[in-house]
Amino acid sequence: MKHAILGAAFAVATATAAFAENYVIMAPAAPGGGWDATARTLQEVMVAEGISGNVQVQNVPGAGGTVGLAQFAASTSGDATQLIVGGYVMVGAILTNASPVSLADVTPIARLTGEAVAIAVPTASELQTINDLVEMMKADPGAVSWAGGSAGGVDHITVGLLAKAAGIDPTKINYVAFSGGGEALAAILGNQVTAGISGVGEFLPQVEAGSMRILAVSTDTRWPGTDAPTLMESGYDVNVQNWRMIAAAPGLSDEQKAAVLADIDTLAKSAGWKSALETKNWADTYLAGADFEAQLAKEIEATTAILKDIGLVQ
Amino acid sequence: MSTFDFLLQGLGTAMQPMILMYALIGVTLGTAVGVLPGIGPALTVALLLPVTYGLDPAGSLIMFAGIYYGGMYGGSTTSILLNTPGESASIVTALEGNRMAKAGRGGPALATAAVGSFVAGLLATLALAFLAPHIVKLALVFGPREYFALMMLAFVTVAAAFGESTLKGLTSLFIGLGLATIGIDGLTGQARMSFGVPQLLDGIEVTTLAVAMFALGECLFVAAQTHGLHDKVEAIKGSVKMTAADWRRSWPAWLRGSAIGFPIGAMPAGGADIASFLSYGTEKRMSKHPDEFGHGAIEGVAGPEAANNAAAAGTLVPLLTLGLPTTATAAIMLAGFQQFGLQPGPLLFATAPQLVWGLIASLLIANVMLLILNLPLIRFWVMLLRIPRPWLYAGILMFATLGTIGVNPSPVELTMLLIFGFLGYGLRLYGYPIAPVVVGLILGPMAEQQLRRALAIAQGDWTTLVSTPLSASLLAIAALALVVPMLLRLRGKGQVLAQIAGDSD
Repeated sequence: MKHAILGAAFAVATATAAFAENYVIMAPAAPGGGWDATARTLQEVMVAEGISGNVQVQNVPGAGGTVGLAQFAASTSGDATQLIVGGYVMVGAILTNASPVSLADVTPIARLTGEAVAIAVPTASELQTINDLVEMMKADPGAVSWAGGSAGGVDHITVGLLAKAAGIDPTKINYVAFSGGGEALAAILGNQVTAGISGVGEFLPQVEAGSMRILAVSTDTRWPGTDAPTLMESGYDVNVQNWRMIAAAPGLSDEQKAAVLADIDTLAKSAGWKSALETKNWADTYLAGADFEAQLAKEIEATTAILKDIGLVQ
Repeated sequence: MSTFDFLLQGLGTAMQPMILMYALIGVTLGTAVGVLPGIGPALTVALLLPVTYGLDPAGSLIMFAGIYYGGMYGGSTTSILLNTPGESASIVTALEGNRMAKAGRGGPALATAAVGSFVAGLLATLALAFLAPHIVKLALVFGPREYFALMMLAFVTVAAAFGESTLKGLTSLFIGLGLATIGIDGLTGQARMSFGVPQLLDGIEVTTLAVAMFALGECLFVAAQTHGLHDKVEAIKGSVKMTAADWRRSWPAWLRGSAIGFPIGAMPAGGADIASFLSYGTEKRMSKHPDEFGHGAIEGVAGPEAANNAAAAGTLVPLLTLGLPTTATAAIMLAGFQQFGLQPGPLLFATAPQLVWGLIASLLIANVMLLILNLPLIRFWVMLLRIPRPWLYAGILMFATLGTIGVNPSPVELTMLLIFGFLGYGLRLYGYPIAPVVVGLILGPMAEQQLRRALAIAQGDWTTLVSTPLSASLLAIAALALVVPMLLRLRGKGQVLAQIAGDSD
């Protein structure tokens, strides 16, 4: 019965005439996370902007998206209607899980959104600048406990890169992985750890409420909403962005790939997408086609190196 | 304005006819998905999110709240009647509830679950309105070492579900703990025991294991007993209503369950399942009829059901006061807030009071609606038990399978369902209890990760575990709860206890 009700609800939601491709978007994560939200926002905007008549979202959760990626790569070859959402977290997960399927087995289309990673401390902390924190790490890396997201994820990688840039042995960092942004944030607010690292959007409301201080952000330019310096301007050569992307099926012909690129380009430049980004506080870091592929290759190389340095990848 | 004025104003917002209708749709959908094993409120809210883009914020959030509370109500129904818990928080409900149903007391079991959920929902929602800022401070005091101590306490309470033999209970628990080691280790990101199967990387889904062990195991067990099919189950004996004695025994359990559930739900790493385990253990210890536990003690249904509903309301504390989503459903509700340009966080009460109080008021209304919807349904639900058993169990098998595929459409998941179903059958056949297996799978990874986090933060210093008054006292309570019954037995006062242990099933 429930399926009938939901089905009916869906029919109402998507009851517009078919224009073009009916896309199926895989969110390789459980409902509720960032990839799921990206997929469902794409669904909404694609239909509203007439890019696609009917879009379905399919959740295949597991292992930093690698379970979904493997299923996608194996089952969609040559089918231009199939899309998958992914992101930087996937790059790390493919490496740490020694996943047999990688981003080379799908057709990356475009980077859509991105967010800076921020390093923060509770307001009561005596650490005032990122340099204070790094000095403390230099004295005793183990004494600085970091709360952040999953092991081998973007937060962990950023701490590793910072340590390396500051001349500290990345294997000595005391990174404590928490299973969701919420749990890590609670540990930071509760003064359980020295510092926290997470998406800047998670920290901003706490900063506004006066319970936290951001010491630095990981992107090459400062992030809107905070006057915290970048790691680069503080003297550490680290530039990380937690981006989300859309990829298409493997084995597409050049025409098929061009058609998908064109649809995504229309989407990324549409008013509906811009207003969706605004309500969700996502930054527009659109980068498509060959430029994106070149950037991706560079990041995979850098990520592999740092994960080896931290010791998570042999 | 005072909190009370805000609440009245919120009730005004929520009493508009359209809003009431959204609430009704929400609770009906929520009850329906709660009844189906596997499909939880998180998935439903996620599916409905795009549909609500056209609605006003108040209406859609209220609908989500209805689904959320409704899911917690519905979960108990299948646990009690069919021994098939739909969510991890209803597992202990099956222990006593299903015994009651098999003895023809399914009606009172469902009634105490429904009224208990109502009482707990009411108390917890009021606590949310008046105490949220204070409770959240308490919740933040809990760091990894305190959580570890809490898990130890929860482990001790598992013993309450062991049944006749401690050895068999521990065996079951260790099967669960063993299964819990499968998957990616949260602290290092390395895969353990996955044998190259990608679907095992995220470990074993609790609902898959619970549905397999309870529902499939039961079906196989019944099917294997070719001679036992005749009228072992009495659909209804006596009234479907609760007797005076039932009320007398239920209400203290409801209150205790609410008191345990709300703060545990408010903790970022707590959760409704832990709350229900602790409540069950508490009820068994406090009961004047401990001998009835394992044979259908009504307190064993009333307490945990109150606890899981209170925990559901507790989850909203960190969401509304800190913007921390601590369950999947809360995460999607957070997405719902953001969709309307609201950023839940420390300032939400100040920046959007109308919506927050509207939400709290509608939770109260959803709670009343659920009671009105569910109490009359009880007499229809118990008729399920009159369905000829081959048909009934065929139906259970279908729903169990559908629920599992609904969550994760993969052949590997179905294979696991089948394997664990046979495991459940085997355990049942040789008299091993089922619940500790599932409890081990839930508690094992939590306890392990919190212990390792605590040790990492303290750089390997074990004394950190007892270095705060809170963690030390929680561990002390756990130790006492474990040791005192043993000492009593040793000192010869144990005849009563031994008698009880001998009686229980």
